[in-house]
Amino acid sequence: MATVVHPARHYLNDGYGISSWLLTRDHKRIALLYLAAVTFFFFVGGAMAVMIRLELATPVGDLVTDETYNKLFTMHGVMMVFFFLIPVIPAVLGNFLVPIMIGAKDLAFPKINLLSWYIYIIGGLFTLYALIAGGVDTGWTFYTPFSTMASTTNVVPTALGIFITGFSSILTGLNFIVTIHRMRAPGMTWFRMPLFLWSTYATSLINVLGTPVIAITVLLVAAERVFHFGFFDPRVGGDPVLFQHLFWFYSHPAVYIMVLPAMGVISELVAAGCRKPVFGYSFVAFASLAIAVLGFLVWGHHMFVAGESVYSALIFSILSFLVAIPSAVKVFNWTATMYKGSVSWETPMLYAYGFIGLFTIGGLTGLFLAAIAVDVHVTDTYFVIAHFHYIMVGGTIMGYLGGLHYWWPKISGRLYNEGLAKLSAGIIFVGFNLTFFPQFVLGYLGMPRRYHAYPPEFQVLNVLSSAGASILGVGYLIPMVYLMWSLRYGRVAGSNPWGAVGLEWTTSSPPPTENFAETPVVTWDPYEYPAADLEGHVA
Amino acid sequence: MWTGTPLFPESASTIATRVDLLYFFLLAVSIFFSLLIAGSIVFFAVKYQRRRRDAIGEQIHGSMILEIAWTGIPFLITMVIFVWGASVYFAMARPPDETLNIYVVGKQWMWKFQHLDGQREINELHVPVGRAVKLITTSEDVIHDFFVPAFRMKADVIPGRYVSIWFQPTKPGRYHLFCAEYCGTRHSGMIGEVVVMEPSEYQAWLSGGAPEGSLASTGAKLFADLACNTCHRPDAQGRGPVLEGLFGKTVRLQSGETVTVDEAYVRESILTPSAKITAGFQPIMPTFQGLVTEEQLLALIEYVKSLHGLPQVESR
Repeated sequence: MATVVHPARHYLNDGYGISSWLLTRDHKRIALLYLAAVTFFFFVGGAMAVMIRLELATPVGDLVTDETYNKLFTMHGVMMVFFFLIPVIPAVLGNFLVPIMIGAKDLAFPKINLLSWYIYIIGGLFTLYALIAGGVDTGWTFYTPFSTMASTTNVVPTALGIFITGFSSILTGLNFIVTIHRMRAPGMTWFRMPLFLWSTYATSLINVLGTPVIAITVLLVAAERVFHFGFFDPRVGGDPVLFQHLFWFYSHPAVYIMVLPAMGVISELVAAGCRKPVFGYSFVAFASLAIAVLGFLVWGHHMFVAGESVYSALIFSILSFLVAIPSAVKVFNWTATMYKGSVSWETPMLYAYGFIGLFTIGGLTGLFLAAIAVDVHVTDTYFVIAHFHYIMVGGTIMGYLGGLHYWWPKISGRLYNEGLAKLSAGIIFVGFNLTFFPQFVLGYLGMPRRYHAYPPEFQVLNVLSSAGASILGVGYLIPMVYLMWSLRYGRVAGSNPWGAVGLEWTTSSPPPTENFAETPVVTWDPYEYPAADLEGHVA
Repeated sequence: MWTGTPLFPESASTIATRVDLLYFFLLAVSIFFSLLIAGSIVFFAVKYQRRRRDAIGEQIHGSMILEIAWTGIPFLITMVIFVWGASVYFAMARPPDETLNIYVVGKQWMWKFQHLDGQREINELHVPVGRAVKLITTSEDVIHDFFVPAFRMKADVIPGRYVSIWFQPTKPGRYHLFCAEYCGTRHSGMIGEVVVMEPSEYQAWLSGGAPEGSLASTGAKLFADLACNTCHRPDAQGRGPVLEGLFGKTVRLQSGETVTVDEAYVRESILTPSAKITAGFQPIMPTFQGLVTEEQLLALIEYVKSLHGLPQVESR
């Protein structure tokens, strides 16, 4: 093996001290600022999940009061959705990778990139304040008129936190769109771009187009609470269901904001893990755009039982089935990519296997919810909880962790302990399924979501779910330990530890501040193997 | 350990078995594709496992035939599910002509039921087996949701609106009733039971209660107490429209539009009379907002319905 050495000069040692981080305009350092922040919110949201599962281990409400329980699931949802799942992959991996993958020195607007981190932090602090000052109990969905007239908790600070954070999504989205349009290296045509960029691009479109809607919606809720305007409260002439239309017009596409980037990560992991091009590259690329577009047209499937007319329901049902097709196309293409590949069993690929399997179950159970007659029975039950956790935890978090493991050597310049990493990937997979699979059964049995206490015949399945959650929690803590450990003690990675293709593997690990010694000129298609240099690859 | 732990819910309504059939079809589709994908992944991961450090995969770029196949086949399957799901949904959405009507009012955190004969119940609803039951629901405060898993029936109960749902129970028994739309602190306590009884027992139950009179008669009394009868007179001499025989008819408004007189219109005309004025009348009626409760509104509506002249739907 050729000697692998740590580069002398890289973005991590280009300046020391707190201000070199807090005032940085380097997209890679900003990615790490985001990494720290989203990890913090993940563990805050996770702690609440632990409390929820502990409470649900027994049918009666005994661990916390009903008031506290309602605040726990609300803040769990708010923290996880707005402060972890939505930003996590674009803001951490996207920030780090978008410029490098297209051969650019930085994003188009480096200062705005730093600004979006600060906006995110300010929004997060508002929401943390709401939590510490007594919490909020509306559910992360803020349904009116409960949120505007009945709840006595901190709805307004939470709404403001979400409103503020939205600008961070919009700015990051704009930054990516402009960067991908304007800053590609010579020869980096659209169809030479890695699929991660296609899905990041699609996600950015949703962020820019959809986020203003949620911003104005939560603002209307806050305004109605403070000034009693009567947008949503029927006692003063409002329409409570109008809120649901506005909320889901953003929040359904938001599901794709969460999962599209993970799909992009999986395309990268599968290609590198099989050392061959992603099967049907253009189909996978356009599937991302199809999901982004169709995703805006299906919000009404959240309201099949909310007094929606029969014909609206029919239209939203058929559109919801259509949006499943591009997702299915992606799954088939990833699977086909493995055919005659040189298939790796390393940690990133284990996450990719996990993602494809869990996302498949998540997607297929989405069909149950698109079928109106079945949705009527299972909506607002644990079936829905299980379904979207398969997408968001089984999909987004699996994709994120896979990506983090795959690019960690690039980010840190060091290798983590592969044995521990595989072990924790296995623990997460087992823990995840034990947590959420019983919830499908509970949902069809009829256990409603957001229940602090439940009929005793549901206990066994709930105990299984809670047991799974404790395993899952351990699985998430282990990577924290060995990734931190690797920063100091990990073996030096070298520029291309996986023997993968892609511009990010042509520069040193960690990359220099300007990413490349000289601007690369791209003359090859994406995922064209063999890589020029497979030497640094670890066995 | 598993004793007493059901894995599948009881089916106790005519629609439940139809929903379950579609559910089983979906389950079969899901199991097939999950096994196909998981099986392929495991098979490929084992068969094509990387054996040399620098091995690369065969450079295959794709296949148009496969792309068309795995776009087209899922499309066809989803369209089958769509049509199937929609047709069962049509049956859910359209109640039969002949129904036993019961009013439901949700409030934080209880269910109130009002039978046409005057019986009132809280968190417990008695119905006879084999009869189609129509629930006309509304809420006093926030959105609730009326969910009976054994009937595969669920509908949001929305303040300011009347949402009708129906079911036909097939088995006597006691079934869970849950509020399925989060409604605040005691949401998980907003539960109850639907008691499905043999017709004879139901008759006994009905006569067992000592109601103050039918819902329509309560409405008639209210109609007089609120002095509605001074303007709405049966002889067309009053300042307001004649209500006899009005319910279910279509009336022309001053604006030239037409509106069908249903529960929602009667409610609106009591609370916001100026919203839709019948052609030929002056907007002189005062609002009764804040003067009548949701339950009194239901009594008034039932009274207006009883002026229909036609035989009562609720005939026993």
